[in-house]
Amino acid sequence: MKRPNFPFLISVFSFFIFLFLFSGCNTDLPQTTFDAKGPVAQSQLDLFNIIFWAVVVVFVIVQGMLLVTIMKYRAKKGAPRPKQIHGHSVLEITWTIAPAIILVIIAVPMLVVLFMTARAPGPDALTIEVKAHQWWWQFEYPELGVSTSNEMHIPVGRDIDIVLISEDVIHSFWIPKLAGKLDIVPTRTNRMWIRADEPGLYYGQCAEFCGIAHALMKFHVVAEQPENFAKWVEHEKSDASSPSSESAQTGSQLFLSKGCIACHKIQGNPAAVGIIGPNLTHIANRQFLAGGIIENTENNLTKWLKEPDVVKPGNKMATIAPVYNNPDMQMTDANIKDLVAYLNSLK
Amino acid sequence: MVTLTTLLKRPTSDEGIIGWITTIDHKRIGILYGISAIVFFVIGGIEALLMRIQLAQPNSGIVSPEVYNQLFTMHGTTMIFLAIMPLSAAFFNYVIPLMIGARDVAFPRLNAFSYWTFLFGGILLNSSWILGGAPNAGWFAYAPLTSIEYNPGMGVTFWAMGLQVLGIASLAAAFNFIVTIINLRAPGMKLTQMPVFVWMTFVTSFLIVLAFPVITVALIELLFDRLFGSNFFATSAGGDPLLWQHLFWVFGHPEVYILILPAMGIISEILPTFSSKPLFGYPVIVFSGIIIGFMGWAVWSHHMFTVGLGPIANAAFALTTMLIAIPTGVKIFNWIATMWKGQVRFTSPMLFAIGFISMFIIGGLSGMMHAVAPSDAQQQDTYFIVAHIHYVLFGGSIFALIAGLYYWYPKITGRLMSEKLGKLNFFLTFVGFNLTFFPMHFLGLEGMPRRIYTYDANIGFDLWNLVATIGSIILGLSILALLHNMFWSKRKGEIAGNDPWNGRTLEWSIPSPPPHYNFASIPTVNKLDDFWYSKQKQIKNELPAGASDNEANIHMPSPSFFPFIVSLGIVIAAYGLMYYIPMAIIGVLITIIGTYAWSFEPAMEESHTEQSH
Repeated sequence: MKRPNFPFLISVFSFFIFLFLFSGCNTDLPQTTFDAKGPVAQSQLDLFNIIFWAVVVVFVIVQGMLLVTIMKYRAKKGAPRPKQIHGHSVLEITWTIAPAIILVIIAVPMLVVLFMTARAPGPDALTIEVKAHQWWWQFEYPELGVSTSNEMHIPVGRDIDIVLISEDVIHSFWIPKLAGKLDIVPTRTNRMWIRADEPGLYYGQCAEFCGIAHALMKFHVVAEQPENFAKWVEHEKSDASSPSSESAQTGSQLFLSKGCIACHKIQGNPAAVGIIGPNLTHIANRQFLAGGIIENTENNLTKWLKEPDVVKPGNKMATIAPVYNNPDMQMTDANIKDLVAYLNSLK
Repeated sequence: MVTLTTLLKRPTSDEGIIGWITTIDHKRIGILYGISAIVFFVIGGIEALLMRIQLAQPNSGIVSPEVYNQLFTMHGTTMIFLAIMPLSAAFFNYVIPLMIGARDVAFPRLNAFSYWTFLFGGILLNSSWILGGAPNAGWFAYAPLTSIEYNPGMGVTFWAMGLQVLGIASLAAAFNFIVTIINLRAPGMKLTQMPVFVWMTFVTSFLIVLAFPVITVALIELLFDRLFGSNFFATSAGGDPLLWQHLFWVFGHPEVYILILPAMGIISEILPTFSSKPLFGYPVIVFSGIIIGFMGWAVWSHHMFTVGLGPIANAAFALTTMLIAIPTGVKIFNWIATMWKGQVRFTSPMLFAIGFISMFIIGGLSGMMHAVAPSDAQQQDTYFIVAHIHYVLFGGSIFALIAGLYYWYPKITGRLMSEKLGKLNFFLTFVGFNLTFFPMHFLGLEGMPRRIYTYDANIGFDLWNLVATIGSIILGLSILALLHNMFWSKRKGEIAGNDPWNGRTLEWSIPSPPPHYNFASIPTVNKLDDFWYSKQKQIKNELPAGASDNEANIHMPSPSFFPFIVSLGIVIAAYGLMYYIPMAIIGVLITIIGTYAWSFEPAMEESHTEQSH
């Protein structure tokens, strides 16, 4: 009987281990868990590293035992029947106790981190209410009177008290570089705290399957120095700028006549007080559109207004807004151009 | 009712399609289970390949988001309930009575009923594809995404109804095997002398009996929500979404052990056979299997670490989950020790068994990483979980079930499977499996959530997704090699004889394939692996091989139509509940009348006229 090619099998294994160590920990990626930028993610990463290396040691020992056994004791022609061993109490007790000891070693740091990440945020924490919708995010700052969507601004170095509220099904709030996820469960209010130690743009994504466009339910966190954050807050509280160009003025009329106001709020536009969709007061300042999935460019905005169901299948604007469902209300390309001009003026 | 039993007399022949429909022979039912499970396994595999092809490149549009959501829901549901469980059931059916020296299971007609109910349940579930869309809420169907408000189509109703029907099949089978193992063991075979596979079947059957009622309650509540407008899980009316999660996982975690314990049993039979050594530490392996069965009830909330149950609950469930690693680890060490100082023969079943240990170590270790609740917050609901579940359910259960297929195929068909194709099959499976699922660990840690139908190009998920897709195609080829081997060997395989592997347990003492009565005279057993020792002592085998003179005097019960009819009634009622209530009433009537007629059916058609009443 031909024996298996053991050196080959071993090299396949080591190849994966090698790849894991050198590519899995790539910290350049926007959503990687290996590039912690805050204390919560950092403590989770430190804990991961402890367990990872413990697991690697166990992996090498046990797979090594397995490989040595099958190589050393492969059947030889004409060999006598092996000695019939039924067991060995001391050995068996040893390999019952050994894993138990490793588990105790892992359990202690685990409990420390568990209670550290579950503690209440510091006394100066800034509260942000995260309201998750199918399939976008609403961010309310009750202490500051600010409301925005899909792009959450936070000051660096300050605990953020996140209050998680679902407006429909279960979602999960996850910013890999800042903190592990916590589910957003209807009928319950979950709380967590995060802190960013460095300014930057952090990627977030819904992690609990929430329906047809679950893959497209993203958001971004803009962490900035406290003074920049204060400026952002001041600007967010101000009314939207009034449209200056002719096209934008036409667009603002269309925003009314095409029924956009039923769902969208624009501070300073007394007719636009809808609460079903995202607040658009300063949409032109946001970096991304449609729940953080496309960059905020004129082309993308045009595409989004033209075919919202292609950009994000199943979204409410495409399914309930009259302009997309009632042939009499349909928008012409010129209408869309004017609307884009208006929205782009909302700085 | 006399008229009905006269009309549908117990058939006397087992030929043709009627023969298969009415069979109550555990071996034929085992074959039916096996073939059906393999067909569903292939369907589930095609669903998986479609998903992998969609994910091979960023922003690809090969399948629509809605279809993708249906694919992953049906893939998970199919593989768990229609592939792994019935494949295990196929081996329970075929092998358990042979291993304990019995002529059939305790309730042969109930056994047929289990099979038909399983098959109809599987067909019901899959018929959703052509009746308006398959279920699309994931295989654990979290509320309130399953409510009419968020999921108006029929898919989720099909899912709940299908699982309900499958649950009936599993429960009936589990009771049957508990009674069989307790009552029908050969004279002299103590519980502590049963082969490990029998033990693991015994433990698994208890887990099924205790776990399925929980999911039954949850599914009834879900069906009432969807069909009759109740509000168990409808959050907008005050329903509780976490009630579903608790009920599902109180069932769902024991279910994991329902999937893996039979696999561990198969491995514990194959390793000693091909090492020519007894199992190392039989009592410890059996006891750790029982412990795992018990502890499986105390860990369900580790599926819910990110739900927000609070640090106390998370700490408790993290610790109990870690504890389960101890009995699992003990098993792995004992298996390795079984081969130590043995004569290890690298036959196809043995290769898959060794592959099982190796892959299960990886799956177990990533399971330990998930047990650590705080860092699991980064891994939960990512591809890291997808990697873990496939290392335990494919690298674990499926590897072991394929090993069992190679191991018992000669007993079932009388012919050995091709070793050459078997080695090719193993090589392709091993490489394809690792290439598909190992990179998913990286994807998860790089932030890729599970259940997304697409991803962006600039986020770094491209490379490993492409590698995984290539791996999945190799894995698909390996399954083709397996199927080809099964078909080819059925006709052209080497004749196996009674005992091709130099086996240890009673099934190897009788011809391959066994006669319908299994043992011409019931063997007497004095110790564990008695058959093996009787061969070693060079004494004349006391266990009679082949047909004996008194074959005509062995009375086996005749085939029956009623298990099939009762199952048919159940599935008609299930469709009726979803579409048209009068049809449900007809289905229930068929079930009741069928059960009644079943109860008064004579044991054998020959004696019918004599005992007519």
